[in-house]
Order: sequence, then structure tokens, then C-alpha cells
Amino acid sequence: MLGYVLSKLGRALFVVWAAFTITFILLFVFPANPVDLLFDPAELNTIPQEVRDQVAAQYGFNQPVFVQYLERLSQAAIGNFGNSVGSGRRVSDSLLEVLPNTLILAAGSLVLAVLIGFAIALLATGTRRPWLRHLVESLPSASVSIPVFMFAILLLQIFSFTLGWFPAFGDQGWQSLVLPVITLAVPVSGPIAQLLVRSFAEEFQAGYVTTSYAKGATRGGIIIGDVFRNASLPALTIAGITFGNLIAGAVITETVFARSGVGRLTQSAINTLDVPLVQGIIVFVAASFALINLLVDLIYPLLDPRLRATLTAQPVRTA
Amino acid sequence: MTIQLHAPETATSAPFTSTPSALARSAGALLADISRQPVLVLAWIVVLIALGWAIAPGLFTQSSPYEGDPALSFTPPSAEHPFGTDRLGRDLLARSIYGAGTTLTATLVAVLIAFGIGSIVGLVAGYFGRWADTAFMRVIDVFLSIPSLLLAMVIVSVLGYSTHNIAIAVGISSIASFARVMRSEVISVVTRDYVRAAYGLGVGRLTVVLRHVVPNALNSVLALAALEVGTSILAVASLGFLGYGAPPPEPEWGLLVAEGRDYLAVHPWISILPGTALALVVIATHRISTSLRKDQRR
Amino acid sequence: MSATIIEEIVREQAEAEPLLRITDLSIDYRDRRRSWTPAVERVNVEVRQGEVVTLVGESGSGKTTLIQGALGLLPPSARIRSGSIAYSGVDVTGWPDQRLARVRGNYVGFIPQDPNTSLNPVKRIGQQVVEAVRFNEPEPTDRDRHRTAALESLRTAGLKDAERVFSQYPHELSGGMKQRALIAIALAGKPKIIVADEPTSALDVTVQRVILDHLENLRQQLGLGILLVTHDLGVALDRSDRILVMQSGQIVEEGPVRQLLAAPGNDYTRRLLDAAPARHAERLQPSHEAQHGGRAETGSAAAAEPVLRAASLTKAYITRKGRTSTPFLALADADLTVRTGTTHAIVGESGAGKSTLAGILAGFIPTDGGSVLLGDHEVTGARHAQLRELRRDLQFVFQNPYTSLDPRYTVGRIIAEPLRAFKATRTREELAGRVSELLQAVSLNDSYLNRLPAQLSGGQRQRVAIARALALNPKVLVLDEAVSALDVSVQAQILQLLVDLQAKLGLSYVFVTHDLGVVRLIADDVTVMKDGRVVESGPAARVLNAPQHDYTRTLLEAIPGTHVKGAAA
Repeated sequence: MLGYVLSKLGRALFVVWAAFTITFILLFVFPANPVDLLFDPAELNTIPQEVRDQVAAQYGFNQPVFVQYLERLSQAAIGNFGNSVGSGRRVSDSLLEVLPNTLILAAGSLVLAVLIGFAIALLATGTRRPWLRHLVESLPSASVSIPVFMFAILLLQIFSFTLGWFPAFGDQGWQSLVLPVITLAVPVSGPIAQLLVRSFAEEFQAGYVTTSYAKGATRGGIIIGDVFRNASLPALTIAGITFGNLIAGAVITETVFARSGVGRLTQSAINTLDVPLVQGIIVFVAASFALINLLVDLIYPLLDPRLRATLTAQPVRTA
Repeated sequence: MTIQLHAPETATSAPFTSTPSALARSAGALLADISRQPVLVLAWIVVLIALGWAIAPGLFTQSSPYEGDPALSFTPPSAEHPFGTDRLGRDLLARSIYGAGTTLTATLVAVLIAFGIGSIVGLVAGYFGRWADTAFMRVIDVFLSIPSLLLAMVIVSVLGYSTHNIAIAVGISSIASFARVMRSEVISVVTRDYVRAAYGLGVGRLTVVLRHVVPNALNSVLALAALEVGTSILAVASLGFLGYGAPPPEPEWGLLVAEGRDYLAVHPWISILPGTALALVVIATHRISTSLRKDQRR
Repeated sequence: MSATIIEEIVREQAEAEPLLRITDLSIDYRDRRRSWTPAVERVNVEVRQGEVVTLVGESGSGKTTLIQGALGLLPPSARIRSGSIAYSGVDVTGWPDQRLARVRGNYVGFIPQDPNTSLNPVKRIGQQVVEAVRFNEPEPTDRDRHRTAALESLRTAGLKDAERVFSQYPHELSGGMKQRALIAIALAGKPKIIVADEPTSALDVTVQRVILDHLENLRQQLGLGILLVTHDLGVALDRSDRILVMQSGQIVEEGPVRQLLAAPGNDYTRRLLDAAPARHAERLQPSHEAQHGGRAETGSAAAAEPVLRAASLTKAYITRKGRTSTPFLALADADLTVRTGTTHAIVGESGAGKSTLAGILAGFIPTDGGSVLLGDHEVTGARHAQLRELRRDLQFVFQNPYTSLDPRYTVGRIIAEPLRAFKATRTREELAGRVSELLQAVSLNDSYLNRLPAQLSGGQRQRVAIARALALNPKVLVLDEAVSALDVSVQAQILQLLVDLQAKLGLSYVFVTHDLGVVRLIADDVTVMKDGRVVESGPAARVLNAPQHDYTRTLLEAIPGTHVKGAAA
């Protein structure tokens, strides 16, 4: 058991370290002259050489790459990713400031997405009308096909500009949260619903369902009593992917609705090539992903008695 | 092949006897398929039109995508301008038609990059196993831990803003999913009896890999490629929408939607019509990939 | 006075009403072209109290559909076209799910085919039995009573340690125990009739025997009616009062066991009886044509030289549980000698190590100790190139013809594969000629050349696999459960083909099987294995007729169809 936990923990730490290293290579080593990235491209030529050297020294660019790497890595290990180029504030402060906004948005969307996912799966499994099942089963595929920005614009057009029910922009009050949460929940619900529909259908074919029928259980009773738990468990395996979808969706959602948050911060950091901030965000996201997968790996065996028995013989493959 | 040389008579007589009836039969089967799956047929039509737009935009519109008549700015959709016009009076249908080329070419390049590199990496990891596989799985963990949109954004920002770089970035960020599918397919195919049987017959290693393992494993990867076309169109358009693609006069689907954002309250068609065309194409590719995956399971 | 007599007559009539009566039942399936194809056609079945009725048929005969129809468990793609289903005279045809649910469990209990998939993996056994009790009690009672009733049911099903099983999960039980748990679930609603769909086909023969014995006891104790569905004619002959033979959706023969054996009225029944391995006491003889062209005579085989010799083979697998890894001995010190031109059968139940042995003989699995000699050449430890040369003489046929042929290859290409690999033919014409020669050897013809495996039946596929194995003129064929996946009638054809090929080509076979009945038909020598060890080995006649070891005797007694009352074949 301890070995299992340690190996999972080791994998999580490796992911975070590798994310740091990849972004370091991409952002600090790969560009021919990383100092140039620190300035607005439009003003680059007007900046005197001394200023550039000064900035380079300040960021440690004059040192050998490997020394820079070790320096940054050891700082990052204690949560310090340096200062944002744009605002001059610490990366961690900038991130923590907007984090609650995104957390609320993401949590709301996740709850809604999971509800949509289960509603679709239960309806598709429960209905005896083939046309309704086909219709419901095609919803998840449609929800991942519609571009997030397109969906956001449609919602804005209908509910803000035409009906005037909700504000179009901003992050004040619960009304301003409604449209962003729906926008983000719909694409996130797609993969969840697809997985649940498949796994409900699979479990509904399982031998124990016939046994339950023969016991005298009714169709509804079987779906709730037998199939539900077995079919829901696999949804945990895409928790990490779902988190990634939430973050990627937040970038666009927050941009369209002009809400402050991690997504918008990411976009502006990348637009201005605020290298320390970009690295900080990416490593933060990767660490969150690794943490979520770690939790799933640790919780899953507790929920499935079969896995509990063969714990280390066959580690759970997530994502 | 051993088979063709066996019966030359039937081969020569075939065009006169069997072919017309076979043709008729397959045409009949096709019609039956269409009547059974009208949605699938519609999906193919949408995709073929989009491909037509991309290959020969001139056939579908006389208007220029770059030059407009300022006097006609913000014309709502009409018979003359089915998608309406934008601020500069440019025909939005023409811009959408020419935009297909930009977006779909980038998508194609992205999928080819991901498919090519992903399948090879997946094959090596799945076939050789052991440390190659372990190393591979760890790398995949890392790739998955960074949402592909973020990764693509970072790559584009380092390479520079352009549609080419978007294609490269989207391609790189989808390598992981192809490699994963290929790996798991290879692992499952390698343990199948017909592969063991081939070894048992004395067939060489390389022959087994090329003739049995790769063709059977690619089945699933190809179905994924179809699905990935849709996903990549979305990624390319999203990056375009966020402004990482071609600079403004260029027509690109994501950018077209972004350009209309400011006039949404008054002139909604500028964003909504090109966006709808984009969504339809993605929905259609998804529908087609679903049917491919079903065929394969039969 | 007269009133009571009438009452009694009424009651008698009610009792005389069979527990299950299926009348003129026809069931259709909707295919992909959305037209209805019949699966069951005008079938009549009756099961009375205390009676065991067996429904026998091969795969695709419609027996499972019939059972699903009787229980109201047909998939949405099926419909009852006509006929009726009545339990104790109550017609339940067309009842909605909610009403039928009260019949199931309460009136009719069901024992499913595969115990390994038929229990909910995440619920404890106790809970699953309690549900069956709870759904079927006349009025709600408390949890303690549910528990008591469930424990009683588990004990009735033959699980002595009911308390412990009650709190275990399915994966913690053996296959036989799971099937008992399922019997307990079927009994929990106190049904009058039990429907069992192939209840033992997923189990080893010795376990099968115990479970079937138990079902028979239950019939006597509880006065149940039992409808048993099986593909195994032996099981049917052993266990039933009456047999119904089903073929392509219709009942083609019906009657008491003796009558069926003495005078099978239907041609199909006769063929089934002929094909059932357990009904043959002797080895199959090559058919006439094979004998004419034959080089080797089976009679002279007794003195033949050994062609394949294995000595003290050992194989251990490491299984990890928790942090401790324990080696599991799949094969311990196994010896085997195969004589030229004869068949050596390896028999055992699951986990006996027979497939591991076959894999080592064929050079698929490396050994941990011991050696295999093919003629004068060492198979174990041979280098890649050497092993490849050895494959000319040593070929393998897999159990499942549905997975051993590449789905993308045509039959012609499949059979040509070894010829190309060894460049055994010089010209394309020669290759084509050899391929069609091989097809003829396995009683197929050139019209199959361009077909894909998906377009062939199971028997045809196995013929193609055999043709492929014969392509290089090997001396030894290792057949791993090569007929187990096939229906009995097809099985008989393939066995005959193997015997003919042996007579014609002087082949030697290593024939791995779990079915002692098949061994009788084909083996010259037999090796019996249990838990990785050789229990007994020797000439077939001696091992089968005068077994030395207890385990061999147990196995022989468990073969279904051997101890029918008055049915010595």
C-alpha cells in the first residue's frame, strides 16, 4: 500500500518537474535572445543596449543556461517564479489574486457539466424509445463540436442583447456568472457525457443485470441500484482531462466575457510574453493536474473492491 | 498474390458479366444506406462543400475576400450577400469561403504532424515495451498535464504569430493522443493469436510488424484521425479567435468571428454566420468519425 | 359434500396445470436492415412440478432467445410475434416490465451461464442475495429477517460457510462458489421453477458435476421444476426426464431420454448423438479415402520411434500480491514423449498447466528448466534463427479460430504466409498450386481463396488454420484446445479430418484438451495433468479404462453422458 502511494507521488512530482523543464526550454533556451521577449516587440528597437544588459543581468540571462536553470528550479521549488515583467509583482501574487474568480467559475461549470453528463447518460440508458436515445446520444458530440467562443457569442446575443436577462460583461454579482458558467459547462460536459453514456450502456449489458432482472428487479431499479455505481466509477479517470478542459475553456470564456481570472491572465501573459508569469501559470496548472490524478489514484481503489485486492499488481491507469 | 494468376478466365469475363450487376447492387446498397442514415449523408455533403471552398474558392464566389465597397458596410444578409457584409463592406460569404482554405490547410498539417509522429512513437513504445514504454508513458503524463490549448499558445508565442505556426503548435500538442491510442492498439494487437501464429509459422519479426501489427493497429488510429480533424479545426479557430494567427486582412474562420465581436449587439451576423459555418463543419467531421469507428467494430 | 368434491377437482386441475407452458411461441429479431428475421418458430415447451426438462441445441439454435422470451428478458431488438407463455396457467405474454418483475424471482428463478460476469462486482454476495429476498417477500419485513433468509438460501445452495460468503465480494470466490451464490439468488424468492441457461459451461467438469448433482437434489427436496438449457448432449442425457432438441429455432425432437436414445426420430438428433464424443468408446478410424492413400498404418504406431521428447519441464510465473511476490508454479517437472505418427493427448482442468506445456513444446514460452527435443534438435533455448528452422517441422494450431487468423488477410494469403516466409516455392504458379492443394487437404476448395475470415464459419476457419499449419509439411502439430470453441457436430468433422490427415501424412499430434470425451476419440497416448504436475501418463486404452490415479478416475466419472440409466452405447 505504502509502495503504491509512493510510486504515485513520485509520478506526480515528476510531472511537475518535467512541466517546469519543458517551459524553461521553450521560454528561456529556445528563443534566440530571451531578453528581447521581455520587451514589447513594437518598442524593441528604441530600447538602448545598456537597458537590455541591465535587464538581462536582472533576470540572470548573462549566466550559463544550466546555472540559470538550477537557480530558477530551486526558487520554483519554494513557490517563487520571479516577478512578472508586465506588472513587476511576484508571479505567485498575480496568480493568487485572480484564482478565486476562476475557481468559482470552474466549480460552477464542473457541477453543471457533471449534472448534464449524468442526465444524458441516464436518459439514454433509461429510455425505451430508440429515436430519443439516438437524439440524446448525439448531444455530447455536438457539445464538443461547437466552438466555445461561438457558443459564448450565441448566448450573449440571445440572453444579453436580445432578452437583456444577464449582463454581457464583467464579474460583479451572480448574474454575471450565469452565462460564463453555461458557456464553460457545455464543452466540458461533452467528454464526461460520452464516457458515461458508453459506460452505462456497457454495464447495462453486463451479466449481473440479467441476474437482477431474474431476481425480480425492475428496469429503473436496476439502473439506479446496480448500473449507476459501476458505470460512474470510470468517470473519475478523466478527472485530469476535465480539469484541462476547464482551464482551456476558461481562457476563452474569460476573454469573451471580459472576466478577470487565470484564463485571462494566461492570455495576456502570453500576448505580452511575460515569460516568468507564463512559466508560473503552466507549472501551476500541471501541478494541479498531477494533484488531481494523484487523488483519483488514491481514491479509486477505495471505491472498487476488485482493485483493492490487486492493488499493486495492476496500478490504475488514469487519463 | 497467389489469387489473380489462378483463374485468368474469370478475370477476363468479369467486365461483361459480373460488373454491371455488382455495380447496380452497390449503387442500390448506397441508396439504402442513404435512406437509413440521412444525417451521415448530410455530414459528408457539408465536409465536401468545405473542402471545395478550400480547394477552389473562386468557383463558389465572385466577390473578393479582401476588397469591399465601404458604401455597403454592415449590410444584413441578403440574396446578394448571403452572409451580409462587414465594416469595410466586404462580402462575408466570400471571406468565409476563402477562410476555409486557411483554416483547413492548417488543420490538415496539424493532423499529419500529430498522426505521423504519434503513430511512430506509439508503435515503438507499444512494441518494445519495457523501458521504452515506461519512458514514453511518463512523457505522455507530462504532455497531458498541460492543456493542449495552453501548450499550443505557448508554442505559437515562441515561434511567432502565423497560421503556419498555429498548425505546427496544434500538431505538436496533439501528438500525445495519437501516440497513446497507437500504443494501446499495438499492445493489444501484439498479444492477439494471429500475431503469435505468424511467429509460430516462422515469419520474420519485421514482416510481422509491418504486415500484421501496423495495419491492424492503424485502424483505430485512423478513426481517431477523423475525430482529430474536428478537434484541430476547433483548436486552429480558437487560436485564430484569440489573435495568434494570420494578421487581420487574411480571412480565417476564428478571426472572422473575432472581428464581429465588437458589433455583436447591432450587427450579429458578422460573427454568427461564419461561426455557424465553422460549427457545422466540426459537427459533420465528428459525425463521420463516429460512423468510421462503428464500422470498424463490426 | 358435493361442494368440496368440486373444490377438489378444481384444485387438482390447477395442480395439473404445468409450472411453465410455452405454446406456439415465435420470436423475431430485427436485423440491421430493419427487417424481422425469425429466431424461434412455433415452439411448445412444458415443465411440470418435479420434472427436469432439457433443451439441447448448438450455438445459434435459438435456445437462449427462447429462454429470454420465457422470462420476459428479450432485448429491445426482439419481439414476440405469436404464441403465449403461461406460468401455472396464468398467461403472462405481453405483461409490462413492472408486472413481470413480480413473476421473476417469485415464481421462476434463473441461473445464468457465466458465474464470473453474473454477479455485481462491487456489491457483497450477502447484499445481492438479500435483494433477491427483499424483492420477492409477500409483505415488507425487517433487515434481520432478510439476512436470515439470505443465509438460509446460501446454505440451501450448498455453501456451508454461508456467514463468511455473505460478507465477501464476488472476486474472492471460485467459479463454482459463484455459481452456488447465483443458485442461492435464484432460490431466494422461493420459486416453483428454475430456468438454468448453460449453468455449468464455464466451469471445469468436476465442478460441473457437483453443481448439477446439487440441482438434482434441490428438485427432490423442494419439488422444483427445472428447465435446463445446454449445448452438451451428455449433460442432457445424464440429467433429464425429457429432452427437447432444438435446431434453427424449432423443436425437432422431443421425448423421454430412453426413447430418444433408443429410437431418435429425427435426423439431426441422430447426427448429434453420433457426434457427441462421450458416446464413443473407441478411437476414430480414418475414412476410406484417407486409408487408401495412407502411408502410415495406425496399427503399427505402437512401436513407433519418439519424435518429440520433453523432460522435466518447469515453469514459474511471478504473481504479485501486495508487496510480496510469490512464484506460481505453472509447470513442475513434466515429462512427455510423442511417438511418430501418433496422437498424444494432454488432459486437465483449468490451471493444470497444459497450455503452458503446449506453449513450451511449440517454442512460444521459454522454460525455467528441462528440455524439449524435436528429433535430435533442442527446441528449448534455441536461438531465433534455429527456432525458425525448427518451425518447419513443428507447427501450432490455436484454440480460437476467431482470433488466430488476421482479419485483414484473405484465406489464400493466410495459407501462403508460411510458404512465403520460408520461400518454400519458387514461382507464383507453384505457390498458387500448393495453396489450393492445401485447401483440398482440409476439404475446402478454391472458391474460398478470396474470402476473409469474417466470411467463414468457425469450422471453416479452423480448417484454414490447419491448412496453414500443414503448409511446410511439418512432422509435429501442437493443437491447443483446437476443437473446444466449436459446436459438437463441427467438432466431430474436424476430429475426423485430423485423423485422416494423420493417416495420410504420418503426422504426430500433441492434442491439448479439457474434454476427456474427445481424448477417447483421437488419442493413442494420454497424459493427465493437475496443478502443473503430470498425474498419470500412458497408452490411451490403459489410462481411460484402468486409471491408476484417483484424480483420473474423478475426471472420467465427471464426463457427462457416460452414466445414463440403461444407455451403454
